[in-house]
Amino acid sequence: MTMVDRWQLPDGVEEVLPAQAELVERLRRQLLDLYRSWGYQLVIPPLMEFTESLLIGLGQDLDLLTFKLTDQFSGRTMGVRADITPQVARIDAHSLAEQGVTRLCYAGSTLHTRPKSLMASRSPIQLGAELYGDNSLAADVEVVRLMLTTLEAAGLADITLDLGHVGVYEAVLATANLSADQEKTVFDALQRKSVPDLQLALAGEEQGIADLIIALVGLHGDETVLADARELFAEKASAALPAVDALQEVAIAVRRQHPGLDIYFDLAELRGYHYHTGIVFAAYVPGHGQALANGGRYNDVGAVFGRARPATGFATDLKALMTLLPASDAGQGAISMPDADDPALAAKVNELRAAGEIVINALGAEANPRCDQELVLEAGQWQVQAIQRGQV
Amino acid sequence: MNKKLTIALTKGRILKETLPLLARAGIEPLEDVGTSRKLVFETSQDDVQLVIIRGTDVPTYVRHGAADMGVVGKDVLLEHGAEGLYEPLDLGIARCRLMTAGPVGWQSTGARIRVATKFVNITRRYFARQGVHAELIKLYGAMELAPIMNLADLIVDIVDTGNTLRANGMAPLAEIASISSRLVVNKAAMRSRYSTIQRVIEDLTEIVQDSDNATA
Repeated sequence: MTMVDRWQLPDGVEEVLPAQAELVERLRRQLLDLYRSWGYQLVIPPLMEFTESLLIGLGQDLDLLTFKLTDQFSGRTMGVRADITPQVARIDAHSLAEQGVTRLCYAGSTLHTRPKSLMASRSPIQLGAELYGDNSLAADVEVVRLMLTTLEAAGLADITLDLGHVGVYEAVLATANLSADQEKTVFDALQRKSVPDLQLALAGEEQGIADLIIALVGLHGDETVLADARELFAEKASAALPAVDALQEVAIAVRRQHPGLDIYFDLAELRGYHYHTGIVFAAYVPGHGQALANGGRYNDVGAVFGRARPATGFATDLKALMTLLPASDAGQGAISMPDADDPALAAKVNELRAAGEIVINALGAEANPRCDQELVLEAGQWQVQAIQRGQV
Repeated sequence: MNKKLTIALTKGRILKETLPLLARAGIEPLEDVGTSRKLVFETSQDDVQLVIIRGTDVPTYVRHGAADMGVVGKDVLLEHGAEGLYEPLDLGIARCRLMTAGPVGWQSTGARIRVATKFVNITRRYFARQGVHAELIKLYGAMELAPIMNLADLIVDIVDTGNTLRANGMAPLAEIASISSRLVVNKAAMRSRYSTIQRVIEDLTEIVQDSDNATA
């Protein structure tokens, strides 16, 4: 590599420069304070741990997403976390081991071996909240509300809430008797809502069952799909009905506090199907092709750590939020101080800094360009005055 | 937000066969897309615009949400992945087959074979499924030339009539997939512009079924 390329960062790895870093950090603090006020306690899991505890069945993709290295002490394989959720599940199941409801939140960098979607960062800053120990829909509703409040606090408008339930597909699948290969093809085609590919995959199946699975593709849109779903499942897959009721209940409860919220139901949404166990949800905003935040119920993930616990939660990527934040104002102005040894000046500067002002030492030279005010000694008092610039 | 609904169309033969379908759904470009050098076209519907681009670029535009919907060959979706897209409808147009082909009389010796293709991902998956070791050679055109010049043993390419193959002393061997054009939709757009997009999908579904019935 020539000297010219020294500055280059790997694909999908970026640095956040001052203007945006200030926004991101302010948002991170604001959101963690918000979670604290909802009773979610902050945890700081390590950047890496053994893959045995990191890769606990939260999706097969996670294995591929995780950078791995060998521990020089034990020879065991470690992973740099690609997702913080399994770490928090471990903390709940093993480290805290509380009996009742545990609410935890976190914010931290993760690494991905490859971008999760086009243009996504390989070093996202994951921020999320998890609720353990309660299997009720009320817990799901709380987490959905917290997710919506998170995006509103970030100043985002026109949010669409996406609701689904893995119980629907589970029930429908149970009525069919598909081979493992067929199941994989059907799953793949359903995720793409591809009717033609589904027809092909189910060509040899009993017509009623094939029709039922294909009908799932059409079950997305506003509240009316719930009625359509009830009608469709009433006789053929009645095991799916409780899931439909749960969706309705969650939607009503969320709307009560977010009236006018755009809710989109998708009964064939299969994101995280292999580890989610109930309601799944995501938030979309116009102009951003991917979900901005997502989550769902994932009971019993902690079982590998000795304690199967009900669990629900959500996560978002601060760097993705950053790209959508409303443009910041020009930023706070600063006050220039002369490099003088006057105790009165030091006291004044401490006072200003404690009040949240930015005071920059001029180091004996011209005031820093960020300064629009300066400290001037007038009649024995240090005063803040506007800097007169530009008059030559 | 009242941005226009943007539909990305694939240039060439697919475009020629797409426009009549869209016209029957009430979406017609206001000027002749064949002669204009423009890339963005207003349509008879105020809130719908068309962009006309290369097929391989259509999934990229739609996945990023630069276009809300698109029309693209299934071959492109198979090769570049349809991850992050919905593909709700087979438009049944620009039908062809993706096939392996080789010199007439070619016989496998069981050894590693060399395959020239522009569809490297599909080809790699196909031969892996067949349990055949295949060395892939990526070419951008005139696949038929590769076996003649002894650059490859076989080719994988789109076969329409098979005339080009025959003219070069080759014969189609096995079908990998049957190809037609698909309607693709951006996942976020499907949510935020549900009613508009759903209407276009329903209109096109009906039109495609009608023309299927007419040919049946």
